[in-house]
Amino acid sequence: MLINRPSAIKSSEITPEHNFVNRRSFIRGASLSGAGLMLGTACSNADDATAAGELVPNPLSDITSYNNFYEFGLGKDDPAKYSGDFKPKPWSVTVDGEADVTGTFNYEDIVKPHVIEERIYRLRCVEAWSMVVPWNGIPLGDLLRRFKPNSRAKYVAFETVVRPSEMPGQRRGVLDFPYVEGLTIAEAMHPLTMMVTGVYGVDLPNQNGAPLRLMVPWKYGFKSIKSIVRISFTETMPPTTWNMAAASEYGFYANVNPEVDHPRWSQASERVIGSGLFAKRQPTLMFNGYADQVAGLYAGLDLRRNF
Amino acid sequence: MPSLQSIDRYWKPIVFLACLLPLVVLVLRIFMVAGFLSGPNPVEEIQDELGIWALRFIMLTLAMTPLRYLTGKAWPIRFRRMFGLFAFSYAALHFLNYLLLDKQLDFGVILEDVTDRTFITIGFTALLALTPLAITSTNKWRRKLGRKWLTLHKLVYGIGAAACWHFFSSVKLDLTEPLAYFGILAVLLGARVVHNSRRATTAAS
Repeated sequence: MLINRPSAIKSSEITPEHNFVNRRSFIRGASLSGAGLMLGTACSNADDATAAGELVPNPLSDITSYNNFYEFGLGKDDPAKYSGDFKPKPWSVTVDGEADVTGTFNYEDIVKPHVIEERIYRLRCVEAWSMVVPWNGIPLGDLLRRFKPNSRAKYVAFETVVRPSEMPGQRRGVLDFPYVEGLTIAEAMHPLTMMVTGVYGVDLPNQNGAPLRLMVPWKYGFKSIKSIVRISFTETMPPTTWNMAAASEYGFYANVNPEVDHPRWSQASERVIGSGLFAKRQPTLMFNGYADQVAGLYAGLDLRRNF
Repeated sequence: MPSLQSIDRYWKPIVFLACLLPLVVLVLRIFMVAGFLSGPNPVEEIQDELGIWALRFIMLTLAMTPLRYLTGKAWPIRFRRMFGLFAFSYAALHFLNYLLLDKQLDFGVILEDVTDRTFITIGFTALLALTPLAITSTNKWRRKLGRKWLTLHKLVYGIGAAACWHFFSSVKLDLTEPLAYFGILAVLLGARVVHNSRRATTAAS
């Protein structure tokens, strides 16, 4: 994991995406040419980084063209095609439930007091594909603590905006909108959990859940709810959209787990988006590779039953 | 409609080329030639595209007999075998893509899929059942099997239902499209029942 403390200038303004992705080969190229050893550098940056166990982010074009965001349609390219009318600004979020500080806050109130960090996370969809994304955002726990949740706050529920006029998928009503999601308070406060505001140093594109979305990197992607307008602290486990749609296929926890299959496909491996026609599938890691940090949250929990 | 001779000479080659079009467009898309584009998950696109065309060709095959009832002409039947063989070809490519590009011959996973996951079991069974129909589709086999040929090829009704079911249970959420195919299948099979019962009454009176 990489945590930067960036300045007010967007990182994309300093470093173009191409150089960002290829920074290792850039550095190596520079040093090698200095030594007059430009021979044999055909080995790609991606291969090097994978061998070193590092995460190589997908290009922005993958991240913005292959999305599950049913508010804009069911196809993977629908969000990119049909999110043009969506207006993420102005934006406000209502905070309610078991907390001392509640009310409606505008986007700036939510984000301004925090330092925007960049984190490169794996993203594993429940459909057995994955990407690597450099997100910008704030630790969700830091944000939630400002609302002073009380001792009855055992869960945090989130809700996506409902705007059928700007979100054509909501007019079809295949899911029961608004989309709702939830985390235990411990999951929400975990330092890996992020409230995301951007990707690659630019504001979150509409198709990626502008202007505010969650990123819970050890859970399947559908837990990381997009375009959030409500945060509620609750005492009981909140309902979640996919669980309501198909309880046997999607649980509340939805932790990435190669040993617990989806009823219709194996979760043991994943297709890496953008890896091409003949690329090998990649073995899926327990908790999506974040087991060291998060396995403790589930001590004593039967992960097969609480999928 | 034209004479049987012109069907064999002109229309069959034209229809044959038209049936290849979905495959050609798919290949252009995957290799992004001539302005065609594919997304960042080409293996999934290949899988979906070949699958839906296999299903469409099964429906098209099943539509030829009702079309004969409707028109009173024999020409639709002359396209039936071609559509059936295209259904088999698209289904076989659909399975090959799953085998080679998707699962990369990981037979442990494939075996588990085929035995444990109902929708894959159904799809696999449908392809297995299509195979003898493709093999015995030649005139030679037809003569050799005689009346048994007709009985054997009635399997296609079950295959049509299995293909619809396979599609239905592979869909994540929106069932509109698979239900539409079930509807088409019901009409095509229903037309046969109506036709046969009418014929039975005419014969009895």
